[in-house]
Amino acid sequence: MTQGANSFSLTRGLNAWREEIDAPVASFFSSCVHCGLCAQACPFYVETGDPKYTPIHKLEPMRLLWEQEYTLWGKLKKAVKDRIDAQLGRQPRPLITDEMLEEWEPLLYDSCTMCGRCSMVCPVGNDIHYMIRKAREGMVASGHAPEGLIAASVRAVKTGSPMGLQWKTLEVQIKHVETATDLEVPIDKAGADYLVLLSSMEIINFPEYLEAITKIFDHAGVSWTLSRDCFEATNAGVQIGSKDIGAQLVQRVVDAAEQLGVKNVISPECGHAYTGIRWEGPNMIKRAYPFKVFHIIEVLDQLRAEGRIQTEGKEMDRLSMHDPCNLARKSGVVKQQRSLMDLVAGDFVDLEEHGEYQWCCGAGGGVSSNERAEELKLAAFKRKKAQIEEVEPERMVTMCATCRTQLEEGLEEFNMDIPVVGLTEMIADHLVEKEESEKP
Amino acid sequence: MTPMDFLLLTKGPLFSVAIAIFALGILIRLAEILTLGRAKNYAAARGNEVIPGLKTVYRRFNPDPGTFKRSPFDVIVGTLWHVGFVVALLLFIPHVELIKSTLGIGWPGLPNPVVDAVTAITLLGLIAALIHRLTQPVKRFLSTKEDYLIWAVTFLPVLTGYLAYHRLINPYPLALGLHILSAEVFLIVLPFTKLTHIFTAFVARYYNGAIFGRKGIQS
Amino acid sequence: MAAPKTLGESLRQHGVSRRGFLKFCAATASMMALPPSMAPAIAKALEQARRPSVIWLSFQECTGCTESLTRSSSPTVENLIFDVISLDYHHTLQAAAGDAAEHAREQAMHANAGDYLVVVDGSLPGPNANPGYSTIAGISNYEMLMETIEGAAAVVAVGSCAAFGGLPMADPNPTGAVAVQDLVKDKPVINVSGCPPVPMVLTGVLAQFLTFGTLPELDQYGRPLAFFGQSIHDRCYRRPFYDKGLFAETFDDEGAKAGWCLYRLGCKGPMTYNACATMKWNSGASWPVEAGYPCLGCSEPNFWDAGGFYKALSVPIGAPGKALLGAAALGAAAGVAAGAMSRHESKQATKYHDKVNAQELEEKL
Repeated sequence: MTQGANSFSLTRGLNAWREEIDAPVASFFSSCVHCGLCAQACPFYVETGDPKYTPIHKLEPMRLLWEQEYTLWGKLKKAVKDRIDAQLGRQPRPLITDEMLEEWEPLLYDSCTMCGRCSMVCPVGNDIHYMIRKAREGMVASGHAPEGLIAASVRAVKTGSPMGLQWKTLEVQIKHVETATDLEVPIDKAGADYLVLLSSMEIINFPEYLEAITKIFDHAGVSWTLSRDCFEATNAGVQIGSKDIGAQLVQRVVDAAEQLGVKNVISPECGHAYTGIRWEGPNMIKRAYPFKVFHIIEVLDQLRAEGRIQTEGKEMDRLSMHDPCNLARKSGVVKQQRSLMDLVAGDFVDLEEHGEYQWCCGAGGGVSSNERAEELKLAAFKRKKAQIEEVEPERMVTMCATCRTQLEEGLEEFNMDIPVVGLTEMIADHLVEKEESEKP
Repeated sequence: MTPMDFLLLTKGPLFSVAIAIFALGILIRLAEILTLGRAKNYAAARGNEVIPGLKTVYRRFNPDPGTFKRSPFDVIVGTLWHVGFVVALLLFIPHVELIKSTLGIGWPGLPNPVVDAVTAITLLGLIAALIHRLTQPVKRFLSTKEDYLIWAVTFLPVLTGYLAYHRLINPYPLALGLHILSAEVFLIVLPFTKLTHIFTAFVARYYNGAIFGRKGIQS
Repeated sequence: MAAPKTLGESLRQHGVSRRGFLKFCAATASMMALPPSMAPAIAKALEQARRPSVIWLSFQECTGCTESLTRSSSPTVENLIFDVISLDYHHTLQAAAGDAAEHAREQAMHANAGDYLVVVDGSLPGPNANPGYSTIAGISNYEMLMETIEGAAAVVAVGSCAAFGGLPMADPNPTGAVAVQDLVKDKPVINVSGCPPVPMVLTGVLAQFLTFGTLPELDQYGRPLAFFGQSIHDRCYRRPFYDKGLFAETFDDEGAKAGWCLYRLGCKGPMTYNACATMKWNSGASWPVEAGYPCLGCSEPNFWDAGGFYKALSVPIGAPGKALLGAAALGAAAGVAAGAMSRHESKQATKYHDKVNAQELEEKL
């Protein structure tokens, strides 16, 4: 079929699900016994108490399709049902309808950040977030994706940034960083070791980040570059749940990296960008990369381990940390940020459930781009708030712009005076100043 | 039909039929899951798949502390009756004899009073689990007819086993026949309901562990 | 023919003391669930009882039942009672043979019409089976039974063959054997099952018939409840070992020597209802389980086909292991085929995949 020959339709959505159903999905659906423990792992259920937010329930339409088309037993049941319908001369009732998907749209998008916490606790071992990600493919193809995410995807494809941010805006910031640090921000430097990507949200909300890595990389002597063709790391396709959109976006990163011949690509302080480039990207474009992908925190920790980061002084207020789901639970980066914290924090206390068992901030997985989910997003944050209240930190540290924004907004909403800082900036603040003579 | 005819029917042809339907059904289920396969993963792995996969198979027997704190009932009662069911099923001497004669492999059993106590706990656990399913909001919301069916199908063999052991149904061939029949119903229903989780949960756990393991997390 | 002696006279003639006789009567009372105070009344009634006519038909049997009932190491009240009935026809025991024997049977039937007891041991080819499998004096068993019960007061099926079909009826039942109760519908049938049955049970039934002219209360298999009301398991002296889970696993292991439960060696005690554990055998000397041998369940219907004497009660009959393997292999093949079909469906879906593009998404806004 040619591109765009179909419009969004139920048929197209179901077709997408058929593409997505694989052995793990079949084993997961075969195993669920409706124990409901996944609900207790979901901030949306825990904070609203509404059983419809039970993670596995969000997959019911896809489960119906699996049962009917991917099990011999389901096929038999369907054959019998069809036979009865034919005998009674009535139309068979459709298994899945557009109305059903419409009902499920808020469940799959507004009340799920794909944080994967449910996947960690399911007693039968269902990886529910793995299936939610797949289910979203069918929602997009059937025309049931939320407007906010559609808009972000369109902007990302058309402008290169989900927020519509242009290179010239970044350029202004680069100039600003260069003035402030007296250092050069390398652009399009072929053969650099690292290609640094940014997220639009960072550029707008947390310009400190660019300054911080400029300082750190200079300090550690890292060869790096930005790419004028592709500075955006985020991937709206991953959030809306479209491999096609995702592939288009990640291809830009791959092209830029290949063109500059870099060995490594650094994903910024953004959760889903890392998932998008590190884990989903190669599968969306259907080939392995000729370069490695790291989260900035991994790179910093590597530099630390190699003794290339020298710090002085420590933050002496009580600090705690929020692990971004995409970085910790979904990518296995847990120790690195703690080793880095040790460098610069004098009074660090972890939240009780952290690392792979952390609680989501409530904004990831596209929830923050989905205006309709505003209220739920704040409700889900209450879980994080409760966790923070338990350890009573003076400041929170994190390493994802979406989490950081959510934490800032949420804490403000509840009148909690706890500032949120990015870990990279904090490291940058404690670098040992070079002697004048060492400066280039 | 005399109770003895009934017992011989359940011990004889019905048992073979039930075990054949069970084996046919569950192997279809398992084979059709595994045959589906997974798409090739092009992303560079951070960790191994196999070892974390196998570890998760084991780890999901013990819930994480947070889950235990939030759902102690599910964890305690769920574990209790599952373990009780398996102990009664696999370690009651008459069952050991049955397995030995059917599969050719045997193992030591537990003394009858131990199995008896375990069975009583299992029965209570199952009743508690049903009440919980009927009252806890998430469980009640999720539950379908099938959930109640499989509860009954699971409960009956334990109940009839308990009654037969204590000789509370007479004559004994009727008691034993009912117990065997309810076990056969369990076997027959198993592959066509979510009782398949008895087998597929291990596959699911493995995949879960493998998917996370590849990314460097022990799930 | 001399005037028939009363049972009392006959017992005295055989030197049975009054004391021994009363003891028997007390046992009979307890078996009929009567208070012990009834024992003298029973004794009185028995003493005055006339010898009832008994016609004993032996069909497809092994004579084990007759052996059990007649051969005792020393004469007991039980076998004396057995001796003093007027056993008018019993072709194993009677001196007469051929036509003379058959003539005796017909004569007894005629003389005692309506009053005599018919005792049957052995099963018999059913009305639809080839009658040639078992005949006596050219008469098929079926014909003889139906003819003989015509004027009978009651029929006692002695032994598991007569009661339930027994060995002849066991799979594959080549002779089309049936039990007495399958054929006798209009007369009371008392089943005294066992292979062989406990002797006291038959004499007990006879004693009651002689005393009260009544037949005992029966269980659902037509067996006297007094003897078959409790299972071997419930009265077994090895039961505490079962309850503790102490089992002999071979006939010569430590458990066997220590007298542990014989369940794993195939004891059918839990499903078997009989009086062996309380009345024992050979004048109360012992009984199979006491001798270290598992109960075969011989007093239960179909015990020959119940899965093997040395297989535990819980072991299924037939070849479920083969059924399991066969079905598993078939299931695996069918599952792989079904999975391949599903996989194909997924592949087709990928073929029909229609790429989502920004343009069409934008149109949705």
